[in-house]
Amino acid sequence: MTDTTAIGNGLRRPMPSSDVGAEHELTRRTFIQLLGTGLVITVTQTGALAQRRERGAQRADTTLLARLYLNHDGTIAALSGKVEEGQGARAQLSQAAAEELRVPVDQVCLIMADTDQVPDDGITAGSRTTPQNVPPMRQAAATARELLTRFAADRWQVEASSLEVRDGTITHAATGRQLTYADLAKSKEVADAFQQPVDADIALTAVSGWRVLGSPVLRPNAIDLVTGAHRFPSDIVRPQMLYGRVLRPPAYGAKLESIDLSAARSMPGVVVVQEDDLVGFAAPALFQASAALEAAARTATWTTSDARQPSHQTIHAHLKERAQTGRGRADVRGSIEQGLAAAATTLRETYTLAYIQHVPMEPRAAVAEWTDDKLTVWAGCDGPFRARSDLARLFGIPAERVRVIIPDMGGGFGGKHSPDAALEAARMAKAAGRPVCVRWTRAEEFTWAYFRPAAVIECAGGLDAAGALIAWDFTNINAGGAALDTPYDVPHVRVSSVGSDSPLSQGAYRCLAATGNNFARESFMDELAAAAGVDPLDFRLAHLTNQRIRSVLEQAATQFGWSARRRSVTPELGVGLACGTEKGSVVAACVEVAVDRERGEIRVNEVCEAFECGPIQNPANLTSQVQGCIVMGMGGALWEEVQFENGQMLNPSFAAYRVPRFRDIPRIDVQLVNNTEIPSAGGGETPIIAIAPAIGNAVFAATGIRLRSMPMPGGALKQT
Amino acid sequence: MDVAVTLRVNGVARSVTTDPDRPLLDVLREEFQLTGTKHGCGEGRCGACTVLLDGHPTLSCVTAVSAAHDKTITTIEGLAEGETLHPVQEAFLEAGAMQCGYCTPGMILSAVALLREKPAPTDDEIVTAMNGHICRCNGYVKILSAIRLAAGGGEGEARLGGRGSCRAVIRTSNIEH
Ligand code: FES
Ligand code: FES
Repeated sequence: MTDTTAIGNGLRRPMPSSDVGAEHELTRRTFIQLLGTGLVITVTQTGALAQRRERGAQRADTTLLARLYLNHDGTIAALSGKVEEGQGARAQLSQAAAEELRVPVDQVCLIMADTDQVPDDGITAGSRTTPQNVPPMRQAAATARELLTRFAADRWQVEASSLEVRDGTITHAATGRQLTYADLAKSKEVADAFQQPVDADIALTAVSGWRVLGSPVLRPNAIDLVTGAHRFPSDIVRPQMLYGRVLRPPAYGAKLESIDLSAARSMPGVVVVQEDDLVGFAAPALFQASAALEAAARTATWTTSDARQPSHQTIHAHLKERAQTGRGRADVRGSIEQGLAAAATTLRETYTLAYIQHVPMEPRAAVAEWTDDKLTVWAGCDGPFRARSDLARLFGIPAERVRVIIPDMGGGFGGKHSPDAALEAARMAKAAGRPVCVRWTRAEEFTWAYFRPAAVIECAGGLDAAGALIAWDFTNINAGGAALDTPYDVPHVRVSSVGSDSPLSQGAYRCLAATGNNFARESFMDELAAAAGVDPLDFRLAHLTNQRIRSVLEQAATQFGWSARRRSVTPELGVGLACGTEKGSVVAACVEVAVDRERGEIRVNEVCEAFECGPIQNPANLTSQVQGCIVMGMGGALWEEVQFENGQMLNPSFAAYRVPRFRDIPRIDVQLVNNTEIPSAGGGETPIIAIAPAIGNAVFAATGIRLRSMPMPGGALKQT
Repeated sequence: MDVAVTLRVNGVARSVTTDPDRPLLDVLREEFQLTGTKHGCGEGRCGACTVLLDGHPTLSCVTAVSAAHDKTITTIEGLAEGETLHPVQEAFLEAGAMQCGYCTPGMILSAVALLREKPAPTDDEIVTAMNGHICRCNGYVKILSAIRLAAGGGEGEARLGGRGSCRAVIRTSNIEH
């Protein structure tokens, strides 16, 4: 990783660490050798985080929170257990280290998500990299800078405060003396001094002093993405590697009764693996493996359960019927009974959400290789250490004999928490005695990956005679409790999240339940505003003391020209707005939609979204994340729905599952608010939660028809 | 029955003896280790596998290798000349038009073909040419900007007006707590 790769403009950038292991096969020892005898800085964890980790107690050696290597040639390797899947963690963590070390960002090479090299920073999820992983990286870097500065001060017999650090060079202005980090890294005493753990309470650079953080930094390995040089998990190739395919049941819950593997076995080069529930086919070419799979699958007989399983059409009735009961639903504030009893107007509505797929452009992929008794797996999943322990458990071997590497991968959106392909590849590689690559097809991804949960959300609200919202009752069935409580000021509130019986396997998604909860809440607020006869913006502001939400809501509304455009709504052209908060950030969106009543189609013409997540660490990346959330949010709002019946997926392809495309993109106005008075929160998820309700509210403004499901059935708008 | 197929890939003559129905995508990736061409769907509906076949954007996942016999193929690996990136590659970097980057090679190749045919495309022409490509990460906006930029549009992000135009503004708030 001390190599550099030339890029077009003549600059030299560190080689992307995603190549580490893939091409260079670094063992920990060669890694250290490659880095020379540079300094190792460790930061111990203190306080709450350490305690939480102990409670989580996955590993005994999680005491290292961050590590840095200072190389003799002046380059710096920073290590993180986070994965890069397009959300921008690689740039951001590199910026964090560079900022505190006072070096240009391209002097830092970030090694990510290789269990033999990096600390366990947990799974990459929940917008947690910014609040939980950037600070430790900065602490390690600040500690390094401070120790190096003190060392220079001692050597020169001057006050440390009289020294200036810039671009990795420590300067004593009065005498003109200079030392570089690289000079210091060669000193044995310095190396010794750095062996000690350091305090994590070190002062970090104030936002006002940021030079690298806060600036628009391109992803450090962007060059490899535009040249095709980067190796995604699907692109890893090992000597003697076979391509594997796995036999899948024809429906959920189907059990294999019999299969004739002889035809597959007789195909040249094909290795058939049959082991417990796994039937796999591996061959030197994917084409051959698929041919073997198809030949065998034709002979398979399956037992399916007779009981009818719910379909996408009956799912909401099913979830409601099976909703968990028992636990009493508690009031959050006041008394919901009293509030509803005192209301002059009461509204009750139910909203629904379909199951949707994450649809990352790179389906699940993994390559597994056994050498002696050690297993190495390159995989596209979010939790390298979780994958390592899953693999170790599966094979009954110590975790130290498993190495998991996550090359920068092709999208996740919460959909790649599980290392499915890694487990399959490792089992097949073991049986075949050769490395095996398993790449899921798009149909497998649409069928056997987990889904964002479907949901039923029930709302009741009460207005007093003056039109003030005094009662709020809100229940989410099946999707979860993220952003469950209302941010509005209501005296009598009850909210709850109850589980149900999901027929499909379900899991995380970008902002998970917050999207559905905010859709229901913000649509219902619009319904209440209409009932009160008040402009939706005014109605919200009248019940909102949260200054951060008010600020983005007012900004989006002003920027969009809400008041004037609201007055010029027509039956074909509507405007709507929505706001919300989740994961420490706040968002508001105004949209304009065009409604085609003849065809029953909704087109989003314009989205103006204001977003605030504290001090902005990388405005270029944050802009992309907000743009990405807006367009992805349109998919869930308008089209995306997993259709299924009796355990079979009915639309497992891009032909039948509609995602947003170039043609769908609206005019987009992103307003990023840089709030420097609070710590930074993550920004890759929350921008999605305002989109669906703002669209639904705009459709209502135009047509008077309220669409209460995601996706919204355009057909309901049809006028013949 | 395997057949011998001859291809000219990124200026290099290559031959392979293989099943004539094998997807060109697999041959590029597995036989020639040109893994820059991506598999996104295998059904011809995402554009990740796009290569230029005799200069035309072609979905290699639904193209049998035999159909490429004696033809010229450009993959993403063949676009730069030595260390000099193709202007479209440069434009993608300048516009920051990638997040995960998995859709990027296909997007770039289609944009290259578009700009060869129409050096100054309108936004609608860009959208039409690119509509077969799915990106799940960045909302397409910066990809559009990159293509405008490569077309000499100067301004990476056009004024708010047309489809897909985007304005991103950063303000410092004065929030009271
Ligand atoms: S992989 Fe060929 S179009 Fe999707
Ligand atoms: S950048 Fe991830 S799919 Fe386009």
